[in-house]
Amino acid sequence: MNAKIMLGALVALVMTASAGHSQSQGFAGLGSDATGFAIPERGHPLSFPSDHGAHPDYRIEWWYVTANLQSADGKRYGVQWTLFRSALAPGTAQSFADPQIWIGHAAITTDNHQYVAERLARGGVGQANATTQPFEAWIDDWTMKSVARPPADELNELLLTANGQDFGYSLNLKSTGPLVLQGDRGFSVKSADGQASYYYSQPFYQVDGVITVSGADVAVSGQAWLDREWSSQPLAANQTGWDWFSLHFDTGEKLMAFRLRDDKEGFISANWISADGKTTPLSKGAVHLVSVRQARVNGRDMPVAWRIQVPGRSLEITTRPLFDQSWMSTSTPYWEGPISFQGSASGVGYLEMTGY
Amino acid sequence: MRFTAFAALLSHWRRKPLQLLTLVTGIALATALWSGVQAINAEARASYARAASVLEQGGLRQIVAKDGNGISIETYAKLRRWGWNVSPVIEGPYRFGSVRIKLIGIEPLSMPREEQINSITTASDLSGFLSARGLLVVSASTADKLRGNTVMKIKVSEQVPNDAAFLDIAAADQLLKANGKISRLVVAPKQRSDLEAIERLSPEVSLRETPDEPDVSRLTESFHLNLTAFGYLSFVVGLFIVYSAAGLTFEQRRGTFRTLRSLGISLPALTTMLLIELAALALLSGLLGVILGYFVASTLMPGVATTLRGLYGATVPGTLSIRPEWWLTGLLIALAGTAISSAQSLGRVWKLPILAAAQPQAWERVSKKSLIFQTVAGCSLLGLAMLLGIAGSGLVAGFGTLGCLLLGAALLLPGLLSIILVMVERVSRAALTQWFWADTRLQLPGLSLALMALLLALSANIGVGTMVSSFRLTFLGWLDQRLAAELYVTAKDENEAKRLREWLPKYSTSVLPIWNVEADVLGEQLQIFGVVDDPTYRDHWPLIVANHDAWDEVASGKGALINEQMWRRGDATFGATIPMPGNWDATVVGVYSDYGNPKGQVIIGIDSLVAHYPDVPKLRYGLRVAAEQVSNLRQRLVTEFGLTETAIIDQASLKRQSTAVFEQTFTVTGALNVLTLAVAGFAMFSSLLTLSSIRLPQLAPLWAMGVRRRDLALYEVVRTLALWLATFVTAIPVGLGLAWVLLEIVNVEAFGWRLPMTVFPLDWLWLGAVALLAALFSILVPARRLATITPAELLRIFADER
Repeated sequence: MNAKIMLGALVALVMTASAGHSQSQGFAGLGSDATGFAIPERGHPLSFPSDHGAHPDYRIEWWYVTANLQSADGKRYGVQWTLFRSALAPGTAQSFADPQIWIGHAAITTDNHQYVAERLARGGVGQANATTQPFEAWIDDWTMKSVARPPADELNELLLTANGQDFGYSLNLKSTGPLVLQGDRGFSVKSADGQASYYYSQPFYQVDGVITVSGADVAVSGQAWLDREWSSQPLAANQTGWDWFSLHFDTGEKLMAFRLRDDKEGFISANWISADGKTTPLSKGAVHLVSVRQARVNGRDMPVAWRIQVPGRSLEITTRPLFDQSWMSTSTPYWEGPISFQGSASGVGYLEMTGY
Repeated sequence: MRFTAFAALLSHWRRKPLQLLTLVTGIALATALWSGVQAINAEARASYARAASVLEQGGLRQIVAKDGNGISIETYAKLRRWGWNVSPVIEGPYRFGSVRIKLIGIEPLSMPREEQINSITTASDLSGFLSARGLLVVSASTADKLRGNTVMKIKVSEQVPNDAAFLDIAAADQLLKANGKISRLVVAPKQRSDLEAIERLSPEVSLRETPDEPDVSRLTESFHLNLTAFGYLSFVVGLFIVYSAAGLTFEQRRGTFRTLRSLGISLPALTTMLLIELAALALLSGLLGVILGYFVASTLMPGVATTLRGLYGATVPGTLSIRPEWWLTGLLIALAGTAISSAQSLGRVWKLPILAAAQPQAWERVSKKSLIFQTVAGCSLLGLAMLLGIAGSGLVAGFGTLGCLLLGAALLLPGLLSIILVMVERVSRAALTQWFWADTRLQLPGLSLALMALLLALSANIGVGTMVSSFRLTFLGWLDQRLAAELYVTAKDENEAKRLREWLPKYSTSVLPIWNVEADVLGEQLQIFGVVDDPTYRDHWPLIVANHDAWDEVASGKGALINEQMWRRGDATFGATIPMPGNWDATVVGVYSDYGNPKGQVIIGIDSLVAHYPDVPKLRYGLRVAAEQVSNLRQRLVTEFGLTETAIIDQASLKRQSTAVFEQTFTVTGALNVLTLAVAGFAMFSSLLTLSSIRLPQLAPLWAMGVRRRDLALYEVVRTLALWLATFVTAIPVGLGLAWVLLEIVNVEAFGWRLPMTVFPLDWLWLGAVALLAALFSILVPARRLATITPAELLRIFADER
């Protein structure tokens, strides 16, 4: 999930960009070098529950949940809960001198509205952090908290809450499958230059809970996908954005696929996850992503519907968004919303698009 | 026809340019002083509001610790985790070398987006703001002072007031050694609707609603009220000029009015023409006045700015920007003032019988009724002044007393004068003397306004002068006591301070630490000082009320001294126990005077200061040393110890500085005083001018009976002098009354201190001489005219029907 590395970096970058200095360094020095920060190494085994918590020696990290939900009357919703950590310097410090910056994004998508909220905090004071035993990642009154009973893994059962102007949610997530280590046992190579991240997912959550939209509580249920990733790697200067998919097939299988756009032909990568959690990376050229419909979103044209083909698995599906205008109007704006798909297979998922 | 009629009316001014000048000057002066004062006030208020909204996020609610010791990071995190959208601020005074700056450490990530300071931080680059090296966002002039005194990056922002710096909260925490204690939390306007009450979550903090006005604007309120009062006084005095000038022009144009009416101009048409004429004149003169007011204000503004900075620490620019609120109100007030002061004359025109001749005798009779009315009103106002002075409380009541006293005395003046005149007339034997007094009485109605103006100006002068002089005397004496130490030194950091503490006792008879913390006591952010047990304090420190063993109690750590301001405001009473920050109590064992400080202050023993507030900066010291050793020690401190020259201040220069601030405070008052007197002098001049031309019909018969013109002129001079003397004598008790109200009521309310009143008769003589000169000058033109008038002119009086 290279895309999210970029998003994390971009969030940090935009904090300075919105300050009117898109060329500035510091935060945005993320784009230039990783001096002093730890670098992911191949063969380093991930260890749980400690790796569920923060890794302040690495520059960026996130806890990223997207959920496809449905109410009793069949109405569909999408929910996003994201906590980014972006370090100005490696390590932690007591009090306000802590160099860790935390950013939270939360959203609910309905078929006619995108509810968005953003939170910023610095570490060291308890306003935001991610700790283990018990596991909790939080920023202000938003939380992702383990309610799993030992000896189960702390991420097995989660309570997820967030709120913003006119919306809020409180969801229970319960996993029905194992954690999925991406790449080589969690070491995920991102480019030919050897840039990499530590990366694992939990795509098997069953969700139930309550969402509040415009003052009305709605009981919902569905499925959710959690991504955990941390890294210190710089980004490629020529990459302009990406289109990223996470799909839940009705069969219980999952697919993660993305396309990085650059000034050349771009880069497509994908990973097939079986219903029991086994991952199969799809080789280059095994996945085709074609935009089939553009929509005008926040003053720009965006490909909101796609055809995804995986010939090797005889897969040909067409996705469509729940709401064309799933625009995240955060300090780093991007498109992120629930989708459904039909074709040789059907299901639901999430689409994220940046850089348009 | 109408146009011709209007032209005929206006032609009067071409023939009497001096009258036009008087009227225009009157309106312009009244408007100028009034709008000048308004301009100063408007500028200062705008500056407070700007500073508050930037420095204190004045538009937002704030959360503060109840014990004044700051809010813990845990409490902050707890509130955030409960959903409270609050942002921490760590602030306090800090010295970069010799430059004192107010540091305001903000947390840019959680600071509400609506806040102005956000544009300060986002306009600078956030990464620089958060960088380890640190970034100070300051005004251009502060940046100039700071360069070379800090390794931190400096960024200039127009929005930051002088002597303040924004920086990241982490840097502020470190520089101010706050140990994560948050000064206050700014509450964002947008909050979750289902928030738990703050007191339930954290009983140790409390939510402070948005103040209606910033702290500093409340502090300086009395200062501005003072200025406003002077503005009104000048305005009223200016109106007297307009009144007499308008009266004159109407009186002299009676012939024209009559002719115009006879030619068929209807009364409404005539009145409308006059109204248009007056309005045009008022607008023109008002405009002139506003421009003049701008110059008055610009001249006074630097002094006002220095005073406000010295007295209240309020930063106000020494320059003035043109604000529509004061020049528009200036024009309006010119119009309204002209309308008020010419209403009577216009009314007369309305009732004017077309063929009526001048009836000066009737004037006098009519005014007898109004004289009685005036006298009654004057007595009632004086009564009201007494009532307000005794029963009223608050600054507004104080100024109410002042207003009633002045106005009442002014209204009483004509009645008083006419009683005196009647009595003098009765005892006079010679016909000419009798005529002289009777004629003076006849002129009273015409002159009374000018005399009232003179009385107001004179008594204001005496009153304010007495107050300022009393204050100066007390203040200088107090300064001598208070600044007992011969040298004052400031260490640049704790290391140097430690060396100083070891080094100094060898050379100085006693070393007096001047250590203080800022804290919240009884709901007020004030300074707590610690004193050592030293004869310097026991012998010199001026205590107003005290236990006989007050200094022992303070030394033992149980007692505290509070300043007069706290005591007078009733925040703490003598003998009361006050809760001190850090959860301990102190007993008030004494009250000391503390002039020039708008805030409360507490003094405790040095040991308990250090015990309760271990982080107190220990940098400043007062040194007692024999007078002949002062320069020697000063030299040694620089050459042997290595202290910088700027870190040492001797007693004399400290006194000089304090006195300068004091003098500056009253410069503006003094200037306004002089201006008011000038306006009153002008009122006198224009009234006499008015009268001199109306009075010819009364003087002509005397001349016909054989009194020489020269003698007639001399009588005019003597008359003016007699009236001036009577007014001046009346002004002395009124002025002393004014001074008493200022010292006993207004000062106590406004500043929180009471001063003994001292009388300075020599000052009155000076004032009397100046007023005498003004009176002589004002009679000069009319008397000269009378002395040199041609007999033909006097003869024509008898021929004139008028």
